[in-house]
Amino acid sequence: MRERPVAAVPAPLIWVLAAILCGQLGLKALEPRPVARAADLPPAPPGITLKLLDLGEPIGVAQLLSLYLQAFDTQPGVSIPFKDLDYARIQDWLDRVLELDPQGQYPMLMGSQVYSQVPDTARQRMILEWTYRRFLGDPERRWRWMAHAAIMAKHRLDDLPLALRYAQELSRHASGASVPHWAKQMHIFLLEDMGEIETAKVLLGGLLASGSITDSHEAHFLTERLNALQKSAEKSSKPSESQLR
Amino acid sequence: MKLSRVGAIARYTVLEAWRNRLIAIVLMTMAALFLLSVFARELAVTESTRLQTALLASALRLASVFLVGLYILNGLTREFNDKVVELILSLDLPRPAYLLGKFGGFALIAAGVAAIATIPLLLLAPPSRALLWGCSLGLELLIVAAVSVFCITTFTQLLSAAAFVAAFYLLARSITAIQLMSSSSLVAGGGLGQKAGEWLADGMAFLLPRLDTFTQTSWLLDGASAVAMDGALVQSVLYVALLLAAAIFDLYRKNF
Repeated sequence: MRERPVAAVPAPLIWVLAAILCGQLGLKALEPRPVARAADLPPAPPGITLKLLDLGEPIGVAQLLSLYLQAFDTQPGVSIPFKDLDYARIQDWLDRVLELDPQGQYPMLMGSQVYSQVPDTARQRMILEWTYRRFLGDPERRWRWMAHAAIMAKHRLDDLPLALRYAQELSRHASGASVPHWAKQMHIFLLEDMGEIETAKVLLGGLLASGSITDSHEAHFLTERLNALQKSAEKSSKPSESQLR
Repeated sequence: MKLSRVGAIARYTVLEAWRNRLIAIVLMTMAALFLLSVFARELAVTESTRLQTALLASALRLASVFLVGLYILNGLTREFNDKVVELILSLDLPRPAYLLGKFGGFALIAAGVAAIATIPLLLLAPPSRALLWGCSLGLELLIVAAVSVFCITTFTQLLSAAAFVAAFYLLARSITAIQLMSSSSLVAGGGLGQKAGEWLADGMAFLLPRLDTFTQTSWLLDGASAVAMDGALVQSVLYVALLLAAAIFDLYRKNF
């Protein structure tokens, strides 16, 4: 059906339409641009609600939730300080995303790398513990976030025992071929940092003797480390001249 | 344009809804949703009233929009297909009078549906909060009615019109979140794709009402001042006027 020309429309109507359209655009121009505020982050929806709403597309919903959560901390020019965010709520949101898409790494990255940057030790510990708990859910896939948590515990929190615990858990649970040796050996070097040279020496020697290190460069590096550890152990066991005197 | 003719069309539109048992369907739907919310309340370990109110309010809102939108789309499609529109326009009746009359009737129906949806919430929330929620739902349904009228006038096909109305409603409910997501990135700078997405979201936000600020469940649970309604009222009046003007524009251009 051919339409009648625009000229068939009464001119006053066109003017009224244009005026109302200008009014709408003006109203929107006056409206402030929506800006995320920490206080606006609502509680995460219950898992069962999301299950009902995903309509068989949990991964898509998980990605949308990730982006939604992300919008609460990174706004152009107005980055919300992480310390203003409710970390218990953030953990709930991250949990929901992981429940919908257990193989996705996005929430693990957000937890261990983004939200752990908060300048508040209690919140840092909270989110690192969350990373640890979720690592246990799928160690072979999530080991890298656990390794990052161990590094964060050592360098940011200056908490070597905590870093060691994370590294030991990483070594214990993530033993697959996909996990690189440096991650599995992290606890040994942490022991060395803590002055537990004998323990580190035993662990490193055992690792080399097990034959699981197949890369010649890596084996060479670790042997060098073992030698250095042995020298260090001998040095510490020998009484110094001043002590003999 | 005689107002009596507009009024007559509006009256017959309401009468048609009554005879099509729309109100009975709305009542049954609301009753079923209320019973479902009672069931959910029984399952709750704590905050059972809060949970029931939240679930019921969001379900009532969606059901109201669905019923009103679908009823209008279906009714007007039939009038176009059965040549009822042509018959009416062959009488001494200007095209805007027909459209305004139809919309007047639909607006009354929307108000009725909003009133029925508010009744169960009066049992769960303080009356002032429930009434505020109901008024906001009425405004939201007015916008949905105007969008439906505009879409049928423009497309005259049920499928395309229904798809447009559904897309409009989902976008209007989520445009704030889309705007927030489009402008946030952990990657510094952001590429051209992100910029384009941001502009697109901002452009859409200019043309859409922010329905996420309407009919909020938190008003029932945590309270809200009537000030929250001011913006919704201005936006509704303006947007309904815009859609009706656009629909009349399209109707003028139709060649029957």
